[in-house]
Amino acid sequence: MRNVLVKILRDRALLDKNVFILTSDLGFKLFDSFREACPRQFINLGIAEQNMVGVAAGMSLSGKNVYCYTMVPFLTMRALEFIRIDICYHKLNVKLVGVGGGVYYGFEGVTHHGVEDLSIMRTLPGMTIIAPGDPIEAAALIEQSLDYPLPLYIRLGGNNDPVIHQSAKQISIGKGAIVHKGRDLTLMATGSMLPVAVEVAGILREKRYDPSVISLHTVKPLDEALIRQYASHSKAVFTIEEHSLIGGLGTAVSETLFEAGYHGIFKKFGLSDEYGKVVGCNTFIRNAHGLNPGYISSEIHRVLENDRKKNGI
Amino acid sequence: MTTCLNVPELAEMAKRIRRKTMEIIHKTGSPHIGSSFSIIEILTVLYFRILSIKSDDRENTDRDRFILSKGHACAALYVTLFFRGLMMQESLDGFAVDQGCLEHHPTKNLSSGIELSTGSLGHGLPVACGMAFSAQYDHSPARIFTLIGDGELNEGSNWEAMLFAAHWKLDNLVAIIDYNRIQALGRTEEILDLDPLPDKWRSFGWEVAVVDGHDIDELLKVFENIPIHAQRPTVIIANTIKGKGVCFMENDLLWHYRCPDDEEYAKATCELNES
Repeated sequence: MRNVLVKILRDRALLDKNVFILTSDLGFKLFDSFREACPRQFINLGIAEQNMVGVAAGMSLSGKNVYCYTMVPFLTMRALEFIRIDICYHKLNVKLVGVGGGVYYGFEGVTHHGVEDLSIMRTLPGMTIIAPGDPIEAAALIEQSLDYPLPLYIRLGGNNDPVIHQSAKQISIGKGAIVHKGRDLTLMATGSMLPVAVEVAGILREKRYDPSVISLHTVKPLDEALIRQYASHSKAVFTIEEHSLIGGLGTAVSETLFEAGYHGIFKKFGLSDEYGKVVGCNTFIRNAHGLNPGYISSEIHRVLENDRKKNGI
Repeated sequence: MTTCLNVPELAEMAKRIRRKTMEIIHKTGSPHIGSSFSIIEILTVLYFRILSIKSDDRENTDRDRFILSKGHACAALYVTLFFRGLMMQESLDGFAVDQGCLEHHPTKNLSSGIELSTGSLGHGLPVACGMAFSAQYDHSPARIFTLIGDGELNEGSNWEAMLFAAHWKLDNLVAIIDYNRIQALGRTEEILDLDPLPDKWRSFGWEVAVVDGHDIDELLKVFENIPIHAQRPTVIIANTIKGKGVCFMENDLLWHYRCPDDEEYAKATCELNES
């Protein structure tokens, strides 16, 4: 996804000298093609995230189309108050690109993990949040971001993400994307958990369930109409995200469901509320939190079985 | 209204701004009169001699920008913008009243001449750097001025921005330090010593001028010669007096917070009228 970002920005920057990439000294070799094509439109501000966001705001106020790139925690937490005031209060079209959402940087440790960012960014008035779930979504959403007029947080994972969608036709900021239409359950995932949700659905189908899979790549504003629509014909809704269970996609969806009077089963899958549960690579840490297709599908099966027994069916 | 006053006219304008600033603060029971009084001459010289801003073309991309980074001194800015014809009377009347339009910290509104929302300290210089970088990139003649409090320099973001400005040779950028040596809980040298302040900026690659921040001649001389050095950002360290102009407010921390009561207001008015 990172390479997709750089390619799209380079293509536009060649035509529009007002497109800039700012980084706080992150992205070794990643930006080489951009820098070669548009050297004056790339600024490495050094390891100074507060200044980077402030500078981005000043440039935006002077008509520039600015992307700030660094790791999720340094962007959304180190520079939070600059995002709040300089970007959101001023309603500027600055794009904040956080790389390594969730526990992507496994062995780098808690300092480099981004597990609270969706929650924090969601509370900022006027902030739009997107977390592409595959390269097709990434390409479509980043292309749309170029002309997006408001503050935008783009949460990216790594570079080797599997392709889920067959086309970009239905990928649009603010709209959920339907990956599979089922009949009884709905799985809603964002970002890196989209491929996991697809696998979960595959396992559940073998157990004679027929789950829908929805990609909520836009966490804010949430596609509430789509969530209500799918909830209305599902006996159970499950959310999956590589983020704290507090305040992220699951919380957002639950708010929508509760307000819509949904009475079915609901469960969130995400990272438990603790730092440094285990030391390991991305996959190992995800597994420790139960973020893998095997655990999630068995947990969903258990919840549904319990419900069935409770209701004496 | 003319925007190019001579020195005696500037002195007279500074007096008017100081009186009116006290009036709106007193009327609304607002704080920060001391912080406002220490920047009046700086604002007067900037808005009535230096800044290239047209009230009938206020979004011109080549205009000079002024950012009040120490946003709490905004009463003085509002009044200056009003006398300069950039802010309407109705807006000024909306200062610190319910259903009003002006708070105790500025909110960006170009139709009132306010370039940036400030109040949280340490934001003005980074944003000014972004504007100055853009102006340089666009070959625009625009210059970016930002007025920073001395206590505000405690914020690390300023020092990040100082490195950036010198690295990118932003000679269209001017930082002004309101060095009144009093911050929220006491004297700057007792809380977090800034001295030797000029050396610190110089070592960061800035061109430094130290002036009496209440001396209009001195301010004019330095502002009219910017950049002091090509390819270097300029910092003007303005030695000022918190509460300047009213003897019982000068150099007294109390007036960071206190609003004059009716008796104090009358006494201060007399002094400002006589000076």
